[in-house]
Amino acid sequence: MVQNASLSPRSILLSFLVFLTLSVAPAYGQGTDSTLTLGSKKFTENVILGWMGTHLIRAEGLPATHREELGGSRFLWEALRRGDIDAYPEYTGTLRQELLADVDVAPGALADTLARYGIAMTAPLGFNNTYALGMRADRAAALGVETIADLRDHPDLRLGFTNEFMDRSDGWPSLRRAYDLPQSARGLDHDIAYRGLESGEIDVIDLYSTDAEIEQYDLRVLRDTKDHFPAYEAVFLYRRDLATRAPAAITALKRLAGQIPADTMQRLNARSNIDQTDEATVAADFLNQSLGLNATAETDTRAERLRRYTADHLVLVGLSLGLAILFGVPLGIVAAKRRILGPGVLVVVGVIYTIPALALLAMMVPPLGLGRVPAVTALALYSLLPIVWTTYTGLKGISGPLRESADALGLSAAAKLWRVELPLAGRSILAGIKIAVIINIGAATLGALIGAGGYGQPILTGIRRANLGLILEGTVPAAVLTILALALLEGLERGLLPRSMQS
Amino acid sequence: MIQLHGVTKRYGDAYAVQDVTLTAASEATTLLIGPSGSGKSTLLRLMIGLTRPDTGTVTVADDRLAPSNARALRRRMGYVIQEGGLFPHLTGRANAALMARHLGWSSDRINARIDELTRLVQLDPDRLAQYPTELSGGQRQRVSLMRALMLDPDVLLLDEPLGALDPMIRADLQDDLRDIFRRLGKTVVFVTHDLGEAAFFGDRIVLLRQGRIEQSGTMQTLLSDPASPFVTDFIQAQRAPLEHLHAEE
Ligand SMILES: Nc1ncnc2c1ncn2[C@@H]1O[C@H](COP(=O)(O)OP(=O)(O)OP(=O)(O)O)[C@@H](O)[C@H]1O
Ligand SMILES: [Mg+2]
Repeated sequence: MVQNASLSPRSILLSFLVFLTLSVAPAYGQGTDSTLTLGSKKFTENVILGWMGTHLIRAEGLPATHREELGGSRFLWEALRRGDIDAYPEYTGTLRQELLADVDVAPGALADTLARYGIAMTAPLGFNNTYALGMRADRAAALGVETIADLRDHPDLRLGFTNEFMDRSDGWPSLRRAYDLPQSARGLDHDIAYRGLESGEIDVIDLYSTDAEIEQYDLRVLRDTKDHFPAYEAVFLYRRDLATRAPAAITALKRLAGQIPADTMQRLNARSNIDQTDEATVAADFLNQSLGLNATAETDTRAERLRRYTADHLVLVGLSLGLAILFGVPLGIVAAKRRILGPGVLVVVGVIYTIPALALLAMMVPPLGLGRVPAVTALALYSLLPIVWTTYTGLKGISGPLRESADALGLSAAAKLWRVELPLAGRSILAGIKIAVIINIGAATLGALIGAGGYGQPILTGIRRANLGLILEGTVPAAVLTILALALLEGLERGLLPRSMQS
Repeated sequence: MIQLHGVTKRYGDAYAVQDVTLTAASEATTLLIGPSGSGKSTLLRLMIGLTRPDTGTVTVADDRLAPSNARALRRRMGYVIQEGGLFPHLTGRANAALMARHLGWSSDRINARIDELTRLVQLDPDRLAQYPTELSGGQRQRVSLMRALMLDPDVLLLDEPLGALDPMIRADLQDDLRDIFRRLGKTVVFVTHDLGEAAFFGDRIVLLRQGRIEQSGTMQTLLSDPASPFVTDFIQAQRAPLEHLHAEE
């Protein structure tokens, strides 16, 4: 059989060209060569620190962009090593326990180990954001509890810890052993633990030592006199090649060393998380006050933000959907026509779809880095399934007599496909595209996790700051976009399909 | 001229066509008749190369039909399948013109040919803008016929082209068709299971039973000299319309 022989190479070539163009196009936030890029993780403190670094570098007269709230330490670490970003705030504990967990890092040898990866770090910024135990300050004062060891004298105290803390190797079981504590603890949700603490049902909870809530609820952090918890000192990681590319940037980052004690960080976190002040502003205000900078945070209006998110989202959805159609329809044809390859294609596409979208995105980061390219690739893969399968069923559903008529006319296989089979499968294929659009617009909100922007950005910020307004800023436009896209496709269907093929 | 020589076609263990040797003479109409499942459609498919025989040979004009030349030979044959087989996504005109367009005919040439065929099959030209679902059964059959005739093939293979029509329209189309066949001098193989229709068209009638030729010859031969009791039974079962036909003549 020579079916579709003339059709698929052409479309495959076309797709390849589109992909190439896409790959060389600068991704969101990635500036030209001389622009430095900072990254930050998707929690408030890290975003604030990311902005501090950005402001400081800009103060040196260097252009810098900030890719905020990326998915996790691993993403940032990979991105830093690949050179997608030049610096980001990290914690020594995370380096030792997670990122370099497989590497034997001798005490005091962290910087040397990092050097092997082409990465350097600044001196600690001042605070240690580690696990800690906290009590209401009034209650702690009344009982005279200042350190974790003091808990031993009060066996009646009720302890409520997050489930993560209950399970961690350096969590409750080992803490209890280390301090020989008599109490037993309950596993709780973080929010419930705080409420329990407020109402007096619980006396001691676990927290991070720079949590905004420490100030909000007026808590006392119990000192860890035995150094049970590993240190999570904040530092800036940066690429060693900055020393030649932009030495002033290193000087700028180093200015933060020792400048941020834990209570200051708590206050800054609270300004952002509780007062809902923009992180860029919080960072700028701090720097202006304590380092005498003259930084300003450009804050977008809601309309500007919406336009930026929409543009990013449209690019993600448009490109990935285009790729999915370009590859999906030919793959569906192969699935329908090739006896051995066909079922294989269906299975592979199906298996790809069973990978959670988030995991698929994560898998794209090591080979493709951050930004649009990995996001579009993951989304395109994710959108393949409905298109391939509906193309397949559409072609398979063509009745025997029609197939036979096409053969009897003497049409070549390619002409038969083009003039008869694809038009007959058209409605089915369009249905697949519609499903892909819906899946794609939803899944594209995850793109923000790897720096591709889009409606996921305000959703991430909103979740982080528990701000419903921000969450709606992402979800409502996504819903509107879905409706508009479906209406567009409906119109396209009207225009493309002959009236006899319309429902 | 189409020749089948010792042709056998099996589906699984069942014979659809068994050891059939048959010649459809040039510029004559050969009628294939027989009960349902007797292999009529399969024979047509074998003639146009949509199925390949397990054993035996099929020859069209002087060319032995093989996968390598099937497509070229098909363009010299027009085929109207049992269910009509018009493409629902194309208008009547586009259905008829499909192959000519694919072959790169100019639109002038296509239009001229369509006009000619529209007159020939006596179809209201306005109907050509309609999609198959918007046409009556008889109009659909006429469009199917136009599509089969478009490239002016030497051979026409018609599989119960008047199958689902009411008697009035059917009689109408029968007249038209016989007229067309004679005028154009086509080699026609026509499948029906209606004996009256067979007699009306047939220069030669081939009666099939379970994939084999039970008897072939003129209607008169089948009537006066039946080869087996089956032939008599088959004719007997359709007596009434036949008498009706005699009464007409
Ligand atoms: N593609 C196929 N696969 C399996 N069996 C088939 C196939 N095509 C035909 N047959 C079988 O071959 C036999 C002959 O079928 P054929 O379609 O030629 O009959 P027919 O004489 O045209 O019947 P009818 O008058 O009902 O159209 C039947 O028993 C049928 O079930
Ligand atoms: Mg049949």
